[in-house]
Amino acid sequence: MRGFTFSDFLTMLWAVQWTATLVLIALALGGPLGLAMAMMRSSRNVVLNVIALVILQIVQGVPLLGMLMFFYFGMPVFLGIQVPALVSVSVAFTIFTAAFLGEIWRGGIQAVHVNQSEAAACLGLTRWQGFRHVIAPQAFKIALPSTVNFLVQLIKNTSLASIVGLVELARAGQLASAATFAPLTAYACVAAIYFAICFPLTQWSRSLEKKLHVVR
Amino acid sequence: MNLNFNQLWRYQDDFLHGIQTTLLLTLIATVAGMLIGLAGALLSDSRQPAVRLAIRSYVEVIRNTPALIQIFLIFFVLPYAGLRLPPFQAASVALSLYMGAYTVEIFRSGLASIPKSQIEAGQCLGLTRFQVFRYVILLPALRNIYPSLASQIILILLGSSLASQVSADELFHTAAFVESRTYRSFEVYAVVCAIYFIMVLSLRLIFAGVERIAFRWPTRR
Repeated sequence: MRGFTFSDFLTMLWAVQWTATLVLIALALGGPLGLAMAMMRSSRNVVLNVIALVILQIVQGVPLLGMLMFFYFGMPVFLGIQVPALVSVSVAFTIFTAAFLGEIWRGGIQAVHVNQSEAAACLGLTRWQGFRHVIAPQAFKIALPSTVNFLVQLIKNTSLASIVGLVELARAGQLASAATFAPLTAYACVAAIYFAICFPLTQWSRSLEKKLHVVR
Repeated sequence: MNLNFNQLWRYQDDFLHGIQTTLLLTLIATVAGMLIGLAGALLSDSRQPAVRLAIRSYVEVIRNTPALIQIFLIFFVLPYAGLRLPPFQAASVALSLYMGAYTVEIFRSGLASIPKSQIEAGQCLGLTRFQVFRYVILLPALRNIYPSLASQIILILLGSSLASQVSADELFHTAAFVESRTYRSFEVYAVVCAIYFIMVLSLRLIFAGVERIAFRWPTRR
């Protein structure tokens, strides 16, 4: 048995890169899909609308832990081949991100007054131009605080990847705790690192929200 | 694809037990969390800066760290303070504290949504302090926050799956147990996801029904 040393802490900081990797993958893949979800949900096409709604309901009705397990054990079943844990975890986080960002952005799009898109149409803009230059910039501003808030949720939720064995921050904490028999120090360090990452984002989201309410 | 769900039928009772425990955990966390939230919201405009700071720190620490780590901290660390809680109790405490931090914010926004003039109007009508609190502040505020409270309860139902990581015997833990017996990993987790989904849908329906019955007085906008 050995004590908890500074090098354990450094190992945890090193593991943050995997937390960051997961977050970046989820945003890079889930972001565009989320935009697609938002546009499906705010489109007039009933079929697209229903498909997006069903996906949203399922993602919001199943624990993220369950989704992770579903894809972790499901990918080999669907594809017939073994895939690395990182791939199945990324798939789960991508779907999770797409559904939630899609819902947040839909809210942003629908909060822009309908007059705005009518005005865009009157100016002879096509529907896409109207969305791109009139609706989207305003919707972006409205949805930004919630988007940052979701980012915080996503960062915290990547800790669940530890359960399928990915060595990100939370898993590094577990390993350190098991090796040193110092769970208090180990988990307190992990919590402190998460806090140091998430707290500034939360504050930023709050200040964005305040600004938004002043403008409106 | 080679799927086999038949083997799972034998573990019906285990699944039922898991569902019960999950619902119980959710109930405990909801009730305890809402009590913490109400107390925290009322105290957060206390005149003592120390009290305000304590509540602020509690809310920020819980909201900015993962629930999984909170559960680990409570389960593995409390024994060092001489308090050895069994998994279920430790998970209940952790989830209640988690729920509490979010409900402090929800209740605060609810209280902030009541204009001061409305409270003064209640006092002018000769209501007692308690009556003002109950009829003029609490009920209208509750209606304003009802949707966010309902979705928070659903989040805590889903979040209770984390309790399986300290081996509290809720639904997700049942899944791990059945998986270890049958080696039907994918089927087990597919079924468990479906059960969670049904629970969440039913809960949403119940919340929608309650909203219709409990808050049906007319509003003027």
